Amino acid sequence: MLIEFEDIKKIYQVGTEEVGALQGISLKIDENEYLAIMGPSGSGKSTLMNILGCLDTPTSGIYKFSNELVSDMNDDQLAEIRNRQIGFVFQTFNLLPRATALHNVELPMIYNGTPSSKRKKIAADALERVGLGDRMSHRPNELSGGQRQRVAIARALVNKPKIILADEPTGNLDTRTGEEIMEIFEQLHEQGNTIILVTHEEYIAEHTNRIIRLRDGKMERDESL
Amino acid sequence: MMRILIDLWEGIKIAFQALRASKMRTLLTTLGIVIGISTVIMIHSIIIGLNQSFYTSISALGSDTLYIGKFSWMSRTDWIEARNRKDMTLKREAKAIKEYATLAKAVAPTVTAQRAVKYESETLKDVNIIGTNDEYAITSNVVPEFGRMLSKQDVDHRRNVCVIGWEVSDKVFKNKNPLGRDLLIGSHRFRIIGILEKRGNLLGNNLDNQVIIPIGIFQKLYGSRRWITIEVKVTEPGIIEEAKDEITGILRRVRKVAPQHENDFAINQQDMIADMYKRLTTALYAFAFGVGSIALIVGGIGIMNILLVSVTERTKEIGIRKAIGARNKDIMLQFLIESLVVTAIGGIIGIIAGFVFAKIIAASTFLSATISPVSIAIGVIFIFIVGTFFGLFPAYKAAKLDPIEALRYE
Repeated sequence: MLIEFEDIKKIYQVGTEEVGALQGISLKIDENEYLAIMGPSGSGKSTLMNILGCLDTPTSGIYKFSNELVSDMNDDQLAEIRNRQIGFVFQTFNLLPRATALHNVELPMIYNGTPSSKRKKIAADALERVGLGDRMSHRPNELSGGQRQRVAIARALVNKPKIILADEPTGNLDTRTGEEIMEIFEQLHEQGNTIILVTHEEYIAEHTNRIIRLRDGKMERDESL
Repeated sequence: MMRILIDLWEGIKIAFQALRASKMRTLLTTLGIVIGISTVIMIHSIIIGLNQSFYTSISALGSDTLYIGKFSWMSRTDWIEARNRKDMTLKREAKAIKEYATLAKAVAPTVTAQRAVKYESETLKDVNIIGTNDEYAITSNVVPEFGRMLSKQDVDHRRNVCVIGWEVSDKVFKNKNPLGRDLLIGSHRFRIIGILEKRGNLLGNNLDNQVIIPIGIFQKLYGSRRWITIEVKVTEPGIIEEAKDEITGILRRVRKVAPQHENDFAINQQDMIADMYKRLTTALYAFAFGVGSIALIVGGIGIMNILLVSVTERTKEIGIRKAIGARNKDIMLQFLIESLVVTAIGGIIGIIAGFVFAKIIAASTFLSATISPVSIAIGVIFIFIVGTFFGLFPAYKAAKLDPIEALRYE
């Protein structure tokens, strides 16, 4: 079992009031699953994604990642999990604007001490795989939206993470480019990667094999397709 | 170890990338550091230069020579009081020391005046005329480059002869050989018997702009009621304190100082000037340190301010870096390195500027300046202290950012 959530709760203190963004979520995700987390805004899907991605810790409950207890980890341990086990793909790409495509892809490897020459080779390979072999020295503002998202996917892949976590990866792209990105995800899934998509678009979610629907911080439905 | 080096190197590269993005701001930020470090370096270079010229300069005052007169160099005694003291005379004090001081190797009473000297159409104003005896060569450690010094006969018979300094020879006689020619001192003729080698400066006194004549003739021509300084060279350097005691005893006796009274004369020596000088340079160092510290604090606050702005501007970047696995200490290190790089840029400019200023000051004034590795070391130490200290808070702030909030920041 890759991911185990056991009664995960996240409660925010807003003034004197407590808001339960997640009100007890339990789920399991296996290796090489391809699933989508869906829900309207305010349903808690962002919070769920942040906790899944080890950017945030739950208020209560147990989160195990590869049998490691994430819910008890400190900042540095979380950073290490994010670095080695999770590849992020964001709606707004989140590339460093001043850095070239190659450098952006190298970035995760800087934080685990990969030597420069090895880093460059891995990053170049990753860019080749997403079809940007000829765009390595371009900066994000010299790339189209689809190309930027490919750079982000290449960046998510370089440390060979256990899961790829994509938050509305097609949200800022037109339909055709969005489809291209989804094709890349499908290929990655076929190559054995575990992919979790967060989206509110049905047609995007339909690419996956499993849809988890959230509403008001609770799991509404968990369906396999 | 390898890991730390990679981290450092990456940090430096990131810092330069970030700084290149805002060159002007970086440059302006470093201004305080430039001023601070250049001040410290400049004053340090000048003090080192001063030290060198000072110690070469006071070496003209032998460390084993005593200078006896009415006035103390340290001027602790009241000048008016000292002025009213009995004059030193040849017949009383100089003679007594010569006769009774067993630890004196040479005794040379000296008296000085400033006169114009002339040869044919060449005149040199304000030359130091020194009246002394044949032992002056020993007490003041001078040797003639050409000719000879005053002899005992010259002094005893008050001959109209003189030994001229290097500059007098150079300026008045140009290419002619002065030996054997007659120099006009004021309105009196003196046969030139020797030319001194080049000696340089003694605390701003030009030792090459002088003419030495027998003291007897000096007193005859310019009056005998002038303040005499008796120069005494002791027999060996180690016994200078004993020699002082002995001379004190002799002088108290001949000057009839009552036992309950203090000495009405002063025995001066090179150490006293060195002490005074040390106190002066210590004050200068304190001043440099004060000005430098203030400028560095101001500069450091400037750097801290700019880094805080930079942290805010790059909140998103910090969020991205954290999301893909940067630990708090990675972010901390990144901003500390950035602080150090900015400080180092300012510091290096400051070190260079400091040296340039020091050299300009040295070239345009009587001061000298020496570039020393110690100055550079001081600069580097300041860079590290300021860069680390003022970078710490912004770096900590950046490191503590919440990755989710930072990612959301636009």
